Amino acid sequence: MIDISESVMQFLLASIVAGPLLGAAAALLPAPPGLKGKSPDQAVLRHGVTVTGVILLAAVVLALGFDHDQPSRMQATTDISWIPALDVRIHLGVDGISLPLLVLTALLSFLCALYSYFKMPSGPSPKGFVALLLVLESGTLATFAVLDLVLFFLAFEMVLIPMYFLIARWGGEGKQAAAWKFILYTLLGSVVMLLGLLLIGVKAGTFDMVALAADNGRGLTTSVQVIAVLAIGVGLAVKTPMWPLHSWLPDAHTAAPTVGSVLLAGVLLKMGTYGFVRIVLPIAPDGMRIFAPYLAAFAVAGIIYGSLACLALARPGNKGDLKRLIAYSSVGHMGFVLLGIATMTPTGVNGALFANVAHGLVTGLLFFLVGAVKDRYGTADLDTLAGATGAALYGRAPRLGALLAFAAVASLGLPGLAGFWGEMLALFGAFEPAEGLSRPAFLTFMAIGAFGTLLTAAYLLLVVRRVCMGGPRPAGETPIADVQGYEFAAWTPLVALTVLAGLWPAVLLGLTDPAVQKLLAGGIR
Amino acid sequence: MTPVTAFASESLVQSVDWLTIAPPTLTAVVALVVLVADLFVPEERKRLLGWTAIAGLVAALALLVPLRAGDRSTFCLTADTRAGACSYTADHFTLVIQLLVLGGALLTALLSVTETRERLPAGEYWFLLLSSAAGAALLPASRDLATLVVALEVASLPAFALVGLKRGDRMSGEAALKFFLSSVTATAVTLLGVSFVYAATGTLHLTELAQSLDDVPGRLQTLAEAGVALTLVGFAFKTAAVPFHFWVPDTYVGAPLPVAAYLSVVGKAVGFTGLILVTVVAFPSYADVWGPALAALAALTMTVGNVAALRQVSTRAWSAVRLLAWSSVAQAGYLLVPIAAAAYSSDDQIGATVAYALMYAVVNLGAFAVVALVARRHPENRIADYRGLYATSPAVALALAFFLLNLAGLPPGIIGLFAKVTVFSAAVDAGLGWLAVIMGVNVVIGLYYYLRWTALLFRTPEDAVRNAPAGTPVPHTVPAPITLAIVLTAAAGVVLSGYPQIALRFAANSLF
Repeated sequence: MIDISESVMQFLLASIVAGPLLGAAAALLPAPPGLKGKSPDQAVLRHGVTVTGVILLAAVVLALGFDHDQPSRMQATTDISWIPALDVRIHLGVDGISLPLLVLTALLSFLCALYSYFKMPSGPSPKGFVALLLVLESGTLATFAVLDLVLFFLAFEMVLIPMYFLIARWGGEGKQAAAWKFILYTLLGSVVMLLGLLLIGVKAGTFDMVALAADNGRGLTTSVQVIAVLAIGVGLAVKTPMWPLHSWLPDAHTAAPTVGSVLLAGVLLKMGTYGFVRIVLPIAPDGMRIFAPYLAAFAVAGIIYGSLACLALARPGNKGDLKRLIAYSSVGHMGFVLLGIATMTPTGVNGALFANVAHGLVTGLLFFLVGAVKDRYGTADLDTLAGATGAALYGRAPRLGALLAFAAVASLGLPGLAGFWGEMLALFGAFEPAEGLSRPAFLTFMAIGAFGTLLTAAYLLLVVRRVCMGGPRPAGETPIADVQGYEFAAWTPLVALTVLAGLWPAVLLGLTDPAVQKLLAGGIR
Repeated sequence: MTPVTAFASESLVQSVDWLTIAPPTLTAVVALVVLVADLFVPEERKRLLGWTAIAGLVAALALLVPLRAGDRSTFCLTADTRAGACSYTADHFTLVIQLLVLGGALLTALLSVTETRERLPAGEYWFLLLSSAAGAALLPASRDLATLVVALEVASLPAFALVGLKRGDRMSGEAALKFFLSSVTATAVTLLGVSFVYAATGTLHLTELAQSLDDVPGRLQTLAEAGVALTLVGFAFKTAAVPFHFWVPDTYVGAPLPVAAYLSVVGKAVGFTGLILVTVVAFPSYADVWGPALAALAALTMTVGNVAALRQVSTRAWSAVRLLAWSSVAQAGYLLVPIAAAAYSSDDQIGATVAYALMYAVVNLGAFAVVALVARRHPENRIADYRGLYATSPAVALALAFFLLNLAGLPPGIIGLFAKVTVFSAAVDAGLGWLAVIMGVNVVIGLYYYLRWTALLFRTPEDAVRNAPAGTPVPHTVPAPITLAIVLTAAAGVVLSGYPQIALRFAANSLF
């Protein structure tokens, strides 16, 4: 949109990746004179807001400087040799697939830092909190920006330690066990993934994703591709998470602090699906073709399973935790993303990428809202909240109630909001899967997935019914605060983008479509 | 010896290239100087001995610099027919291992400075440490079986004494005895193996062995095979590979802490260097025998080590050292993987072991340095004592966290991660997929206990406050040499993490 020279773009991208790391190191040092603020805690939280803000600004400038006429071309590329012994290069770049995710990550990190500036989760000193938040941001941004398999793995692993500590130190009930479950599951997956990546690197002779994607699997035998896809797929599927490897997710979300949940759902899960699109689809298409029907089957199983689990949690008397419920709904939503990827068609993959971003926006917002509800009521237990008739949020805190209802209908995929397009395109893709995939099987998956949207609507409306509506409140009840100024500030961008993406999907699809076409065609177009 | 008498007309006197053999020689000379000086130095000047030893090690390290081209060798056979067979070769492999061994000894020495002042007899200690280091430095350079066994013994014998040096400590004596008996058995077995191999081939030089083992007469075939197998046992013992590992935990706990650190790094380096020389250089034609054996040994070693480390109870006395001991067994398993891979692949895989060993030496010595520091305040050295270390001494806690994450192979321990990646890729490259998967599972197990320890560092130290008896101020002095050791290892770890090529380039090039 605006013309920025290539070297400035390179610098922007490199600083987006490295900036938060430097910020994290700076957060551990004592504040310099002049920036001391009211107290050391306040100073370091403000430091977090500043750094994430600057990174968000850089990401926005990068998005503006991005050549929107050629989104399939890698832009702002840096390519420096780092470890010649392993042939590992610091290769960075953005195209239409990674740009939306980069901006989403920068935005959510900034909103989380802003939110914690005003509402720091209870736990030890904010110094470590801010530093970990920044390392987490750097790791996720790096995942979306690197173009080298080993570097991708490094970035993938980089988020584990900060997320572990965020859950284990600043989390709620059961945090230790949940944090362990999170890290052990993901690690087991990522070690297997490393083996797959190394297999590709050793057999193809390079770790460079661009070169490998251009090769489109021609340099790899089918058996190598099958093993590699299986190994890499397991690692990514744990992260996504794909049913039946999802069981770390509900615990982690329930125990994590609000900010941790938002980043986990909004950003970390995307790393898994991004890996499928960026690595598995273009680099090992033959292997992917063999596993695609299974992936799709697991994906729709996840959709149905997630929705049924949510329905069970939402029913009265089941002591359902709202955060746990949204975590299960994530399993369902990521099921649609995986289904879209498994179709191996441009329509399906575009839908998957769209659903990815939409899920980040909507579920991020939902976790913020539920966190706010939990702060006000002291619990996220649906039965305690709702009592006999309902929590009547519309009456007690009308703005909060309205926002929650908005996020819920966005999540169930109401046309006109962000949740709709991605899931619809994923189902469209399944209607006509890529050549070589069994159409009847995918038609079945499509039908099951469509049924899943009905279940999703059912439980989300049930939640709205129980939380937002309700009978008249007993007199003398302590009033609860409605949406505060800082909460508005943190949530408005998400609401606005949800509406924007719903009404004008071309903003995103125009970016992703050319890049997806190129990836699926193997660099020749 | 017949060859010598046959060519007696030429010259019986070999010319010795003193510069080539300088690093181990200097170390040995300084060892003797310290021993003699101990008799004359008055009690209050004993600390001079320690600094002499450290200066000697630094000088020995500096002497590696002129050799860096890696093309020198000495003690060569003079006969034309047997040209090229030398007993001492300073190629790149030798130099890297010497760097590792002497550097490891230097860091151990730094850790021991305060220990010798307080608990250990200074003169004997420095003499033994330097002698052992000299043997360890000689070992990678030796290219015939006799020199190899001599070097192995020079490195091991002082180590027994070092383990038992804690005066009046029963556990120390018992540990030394355990170490001694099992080690001597292994050496005897090795010697038997060497004699078999010599009987079958008629030569002791490794390069010649490689050729003559190919055409051993049929009736000597069994003898040669038995010889190869028995020779390997002795070196497997030194690496503490399962099932020759049982001495490790008790020896580490019983030994003075710096000696445990020394054994975990230099002792292991001695073992795997010998294994590499024997397998890859001397017995390549028997790759189908030692390849699968080493692969199985590697899988077994890492699994047993990790599972035992996992089972350590954090409140038991000396659990910190015990955990490091078991984890060093597990790490030995990873070190064996590329050697096993070398049997299956024509590419040079040994570099991965060397790169991994360099990383391991730096971070393991760093971890031991922190443990030695904490041991001054908590002599029981339980893992539970590390709870809340970050609150009392943040820099030390961050350093230990960094070392542990390197051992685990997680960012920010980037060098630890990449060292594992090279080992993995050696296994994948050689087609040892099953071994790579086993190693993957083991890495995750290892991660669990390293991370559990790391997480403990940052917990709130609530019970520590309660347990400390009121009124008795805890001594809070940090000895300068230990601080120096921590700073050196942490700096090396950070530099390697930022620029892993320094260590990993050995993985890419042929070292021999």
